Amino acid sequence: MPTLAISVKDLSKKYESGFAVSHANFEVPLGTICGFVGPNGAGKTTTIRMLLGLISPTGGTAEILGESINHPEKYLSQVGAMIEGPAFYPALSGSQNLKVLATLGGFPVERVEELIKTVGLEGRGDSKYKTYSLGMKQRLGIAAALLPNPRILILDEPTNGLDPEGIQEVRDLLKKLASQGTTVFVSSHLLSELELISEYIVMLRKGEVVFAGQLQELMLSQQPVILVKTQSPSDLQRIVEIAKADGHNATIRSEVAHIEGPENWAGILNKKAFEAGIVITQLAPQLPNLEETFFEMTGDQR
Amino acid sequence: MIRVIFAEWRKLRRPTLFLGTLGAALFFTGLTTIFLYLMIDSEQGNSDRGRQVSREVLNLASGSVFGFASVGGLLGIIALCVFAAQTAQEYTYGTLRNLLVRQPGRVRLLAGKLAAMKIFALLLVAIAALVSVGLSVALADRAKVSTELWFTADGYHAIGQTLLNVSISVIYFGIIGMTLGLLLRSPISAISIAVLWILIIENLIGAVKPVTLDWMPGNQLSVIAQGGSPDVSYSHALILGSFYVFIGATIATILFSRRDVAN
Repeated sequence: MPTLAISVKDLSKKYESGFAVSHANFEVPLGTICGFVGPNGAGKTTTIRMLLGLISPTGGTAEILGESINHPEKYLSQVGAMIEGPAFYPALSGSQNLKVLATLGGFPVERVEELIKTVGLEGRGDSKYKTYSLGMKQRLGIAAALLPNPRILILDEPTNGLDPEGIQEVRDLLKKLASQGTTVFVSSHLLSELELISEYIVMLRKGEVVFAGQLQELMLSQQPVILVKTQSPSDLQRIVEIAKADGHNATIRSEVAHIEGPENWAGILNKKAFEAGIVITQLAPQLPNLEETFFEMTGDQR
Repeated sequence: MIRVIFAEWRKLRRPTLFLGTLGAALFFTGLTTIFLYLMIDSEQGNSDRGRQVSREVLNLASGSVFGFASVGGLLGIIALCVFAAQTAQEYTYGTLRNLLVRQPGRVRLLAGKLAAMKIFALLLVAIAALVSVGLSVALADRAKVSTELWFTADGYHAIGQTLLNVSISVIYFGIIGMTLGLLLRSPISAISIAVLWILIIENLIGAVKPVTLDWMPGNQLSVIAQGGSPDVSYSHALILGSFYVFIGATIATILFSRRDVAN
């Protein structure tokens, strides 16, 4: 029995224009939710397509459930996937579209109605796909991915087009599936969403993996940040100067000073600000969130 | 492969596609057959390209299916459009990736799709044949054509032979359509290029240099449906047509099984 859901070794895809994915290495243990993070064009979809046997790698290897991606027929019956948004036949209803895929995959068509309900499309299953809103299309795409009752669920931007309630529902659904043993590999540009559900994170930038591992490990390795607001915004620059004088990096973003430093330095800062006659209205030490960590690690601008 | 056939059939049987295609097939079948009998004495001819088909020809054992054989080429073009659209739209809709995730055997997927579309086409051919023969029987008296030999052993043999020829022709046209759909990955491009070539360019070139029609793919497939023509023999059309279809299908299969699915 494999212990890894996904194992990627030196995987590359090179086009004439350059590497879409370059020597990627990462592992995803079974039964976890793994966030796949990266800006547009980072190579997330190309990687997912390689894992699903849709495009051939130009280098390296990968295994899904212990089977090489050179033989997708050996593992795809246990994999559900939604790649680069939902894609269905506009003239068929949502149910008919799912039945086409259920028939093709050899899954019971009775499961279709159950899945229509699971994703919140009850009452609209018989409507033509072309009449669906973006959110409904997205839900149908998730239902299609769930058809095989998968051991691994690979979702590319599953919350695109969903309203906050829909995003919450998808989040809960993914958590529920993970609790039942399904491995969820989910890409999204909504890093705050992934932060809420992921145990593992794979970060991709310009085709290269910049981090792959436990989310907790990543967050704990980050320098804590102290957020400071002052009564007078003009005092923020003075706060930054105090921080820098004590050897801490500091910047001002959206009228808040961000100071890299340990939690216990917040008290020292408070004292120094008081002595300088600066009125602090907020002093909040915190760990950077996933989004901040991502920008920190990739060096990208927000 | 049976799962692929059933899955494809779910798409093909939807009323707008099935009835729409059947309507087009019956329209051309009816029109061709009706003209054949109602314009039998017209000086402008009563068959394709203004040819004159006399009572003596229609009185023969093969007379009942003459109209059906004449419309074979048009039925083929309808099949070509359906096969091309059903194949190319998988790329334009982006649905090919879903299909390949559920059926990663690409050659199996292609073969299953083709088998389902063949069944669809053969159903259309059978219904068109029934309608054409029915119309021929109904109009024979009015056109003073004798049906005496139509339902003899020779007549039934002619019906079976024509049904086979039209089926081969229609399926060959369909495979050409599927090939173009796979190569061009756009229904509009595949259909427009094929129809433009078969209906216009081949005829233009043939009008200027008639000998070229002996080698034109569209003409070979139409001649197969007719069981041979005064200019091209049936065996020549069948061999050359099969060769064209084989080459096209082989190239398309190799490309489909190796090409990245990036949309």
